[in-house]
This record gives sequence, C-alpha cells and structure tokens, in this order.
Amino acid sequence: MRIAVASGKGGTGKTTVAVNLAVTVARSGRQVHLCDCDVEEPNAAIYLDPQLGPAVPVSTPIPVVDNDLCNHCGQCAAICEFNAIACLPRQTLVFPDLCHSCSGCWLVCPEQAITQADRVLGEVSVGSAGSIGFTQGVLRIGETVVPPLIHTVKATVRGAPWVILDAPPGTTCPAVEALRGADFALLVTEPTPFGLHDLDLAVKLARGLDIPCGIVENRAIPGRDIVDRYCAEMDLPVLARIPFTRDLAAVGSEGGLLVDADADVAAAFTQLLDELVGLEARA
Amino acid sequence: MKLVITAQGPNPEDPVDPRFGRAAYHILFDDKAGTFTTLENQGKDAAQGAGVQAAQTIAASGAEILLTGHCGPKAFQALNAAGVSIFSGVEGRVLDAVQAWRDGRLEELNSPDGTPRH
Ligand code: SF4
Ligand code: SF4
Repeated sequence: MRIAVASGKGGTGKTTVAVNLAVTVARSGRQVHLCDCDVEEPNAAIYLDPQLGPAVPVSTPIPVVDNDLCNHCGQCAAICEFNAIACLPRQTLVFPDLCHSCSGCWLVCPEQAITQADRVLGEVSVGSAGSIGFTQGVLRIGETVVPPLIHTVKATVRGAPWVILDAPPGTTCPAVEALRGADFALLVTEPTPFGLHDLDLAVKLARGLDIPCGIVENRAIPGRDIVDRYCAEMDLPVLARIPFTRDLAAVGSEGGLLVDADADVAAAFTQLLDELVGLEARA
Repeated sequence: MKLVITAQGPNPEDPVDPRFGRAAYHILFDDKAGTFTTLENQGKDAAQGAGVQAAQTIAASGAEILLTGHCGPKAFQALNAAGVSIFSGVEGRVLDAVQAWRDGRLEELNSPDGTPRH
C-alpha cells in the first residue's frame, strides 16, 4: 500500500500525520518505508531521527552549446517548449534553470553542436529509523526544478509493502510527482475556510490523478463541523481527527511523536491504519 | 539604426508597455526610413522564459536598441549577447519614447532591473 500524505498548503500538519502513521504501521508489525518528498523543506527526520547513509547527488542533463560548431539555425530554440535556449545571431545561449531536460535540443541539432552536462538538483539519502525505512531528498538552494528529485526519492524504496510518501504542499508539479503511483491519498486539513479552500484543490488534484482519497482533520475543535460538511458534500471519508490542544501543539513543535504523547491520538492512528488495511483488502 | 519599443497597442500612438517579455506588442522603428512596423509578441503568454523568447525576436529583427519599462535578468543576458542596448524606465506613448531617445534623454541600462517570472 502506497499512501501519499498531502495537503493543499503548508503548515497543516501533513508531516506530523505522515510520521505518526509510519510509526503506527511499524508498531503493528508491518514493514514500512517513509519517503520525505517535501524536498524544499524536508523535516520528517526531525521527528524520526533516522540513521542516514551518504547523501547522493541527483542531477539532470542540460545542454551545452559549442558555439564554434553552431550555425545559428535556431532549431534548438524552436523545439524548446520552455524557452531555455536562445538562438541569437552570434551566440546560442542556454538558461539551465529553465531547462526541463526533455532532450529535444540535442536530438534536433543538425550540427551536433550540443552536448550534455549534469546539473545537480539536490541530494538523496537513504537510511532507517528503528524498523522504519527512511529516504529524504534535499533540493539544492536556489533550484526550481523539483520533480526529478522526488522521482529519485521514491525510486529508493526496496520491497517494503507499506510506503508512506510525505508529499510537498500545494498542487503544482512537485505534488503531482509525489502523488503519482500512490494507491491512496491522505489529505490533511484544518477546520478553517482557508484550510477547506486548499483542501478542495488537493481533492481535485487527487481525483484528477485517479487516486482515491480520504481526509485527516488536524487541529479539530469540537462543534466546528465545516470539514464534515464539505466531506459529506464531496462524498469523502474523514478517516482521523487530531484534536487541537495546547499539549499536542507543544509535542509537535518539540519534534515529539503524538502517538507517544496521547493515548487518544494513538488510538485514532490505529483506527486510521485499520481503515487503510480495510481499503487495501477491498481494492 | 533600428529600435524596438514595447507597446500596449499596435500603433505608435499607443502607450509604452512597461513589461518586456510579456509586452502586448513590440514596435520596430527604422530611424533612417522613419517607419514603424508592428510585431506581435508571440511569447507573451509563455509559461516561462517569455523574456528569452522576446530577446530572440528582437535580435532577429535587426534592432540594436530596445526601449522598455523593465528588463529581467535572463532577457538582459540574452539581449546583451545579441548586442542590443537597453533603455529602461521609458514611459508615455511610443512616439514620445522615440523622441526622448533621439534627444538623448534616456539612460542605458547596465544591469537587469526587473524580476524574473517563470
Ligand atoms: S533539454 Fe529540452 S528543455 Fe532543456 S533546453 Fe533542451 S529542449 Fe529545452
Ligand atoms: S540547433 Fe544546433 S546548430 Fe542550430 S542553433 Fe541550435 S545549437 Fe546551433
């Protein structure tokens, strides 16, 4: 079972849910691997304190133009959908941070004037936290091309039947890359109008990718039912609720595990796992 | 000498467009012949690199001078490589901009003064 934990925006407690779920899965005796795909702000390690192997650089090919061979025909610039290459009368220029490594330019160049170089996007490290397999990716500072790094993070998982993907917040390419191939998306939200607005975007994304989804309501307040109403309307299950209390907030902000701090929350996560096991059996 | 002026409309009477890559039109002015030619900005809605694309159009038009509002770092680099001089902070109608350039009232841009948009 591959579960992506996602949210339409940051700060909803997505990582908290991913980490506590991973611990719950591991404690049930199941083999689990957590991938921190939030490569712009990876922080699952803060909660799990994993032993990590060496950080391996991840790179992507970019074009390098030999201006002595270039005849300024402009075919490379014409094929580049991303405007990453500019054919000018005396020089052909590459803008590496716009390049998406589609290979179009070096395939089309009639003069073989384009070779490839590696652009380092970030680093991936693999390790474990107790019995939990762990991978994290860290984007290089200033880098804007994220999906290939997330792809590599996901590709490090070997054999664990349960995989939990801590997806980047938002609904753009990085989130899409993290969600792709997931069996189920757990969408984390808060009971506020802003929270719901972002949740709605995340639901549409998951449905657009044909991934069934369920909701975890974080910082739930008794009597505030806007998440329930939305979920009823959208025919979505609310699979777990984490109450809003000062104690739980303090545990989270100190990098502690909610399932260790509060028996009710631990029970909620066990129930969440049961629901997921049930979903897997039915699938 | 040929100039390109970024414009909000297709005519010399239209106001200068402060954007370069995402300008509505690029108007080419031939200083010797005294003629204006309107170039549609094909890349104005590009998801990214609109300035890079526009710089190629300007270079291909044979213009050596650009009058515009702002110019981001990538467009600046491409225009520089193409030997196009940039005058930014230009306002008013396209006609006025040309006159200001003729009168030597515009200042050449030596580093990018706009933020990139991807
Ligand atoms: S590899 Fe693709 S995206 Fe990159 S510069 Fe070449 S054509 Fe453009
Ligand atoms: S396709 Fe090759 S020869 Fe043509 S402009 Fe690009 S680099 Fe130069």
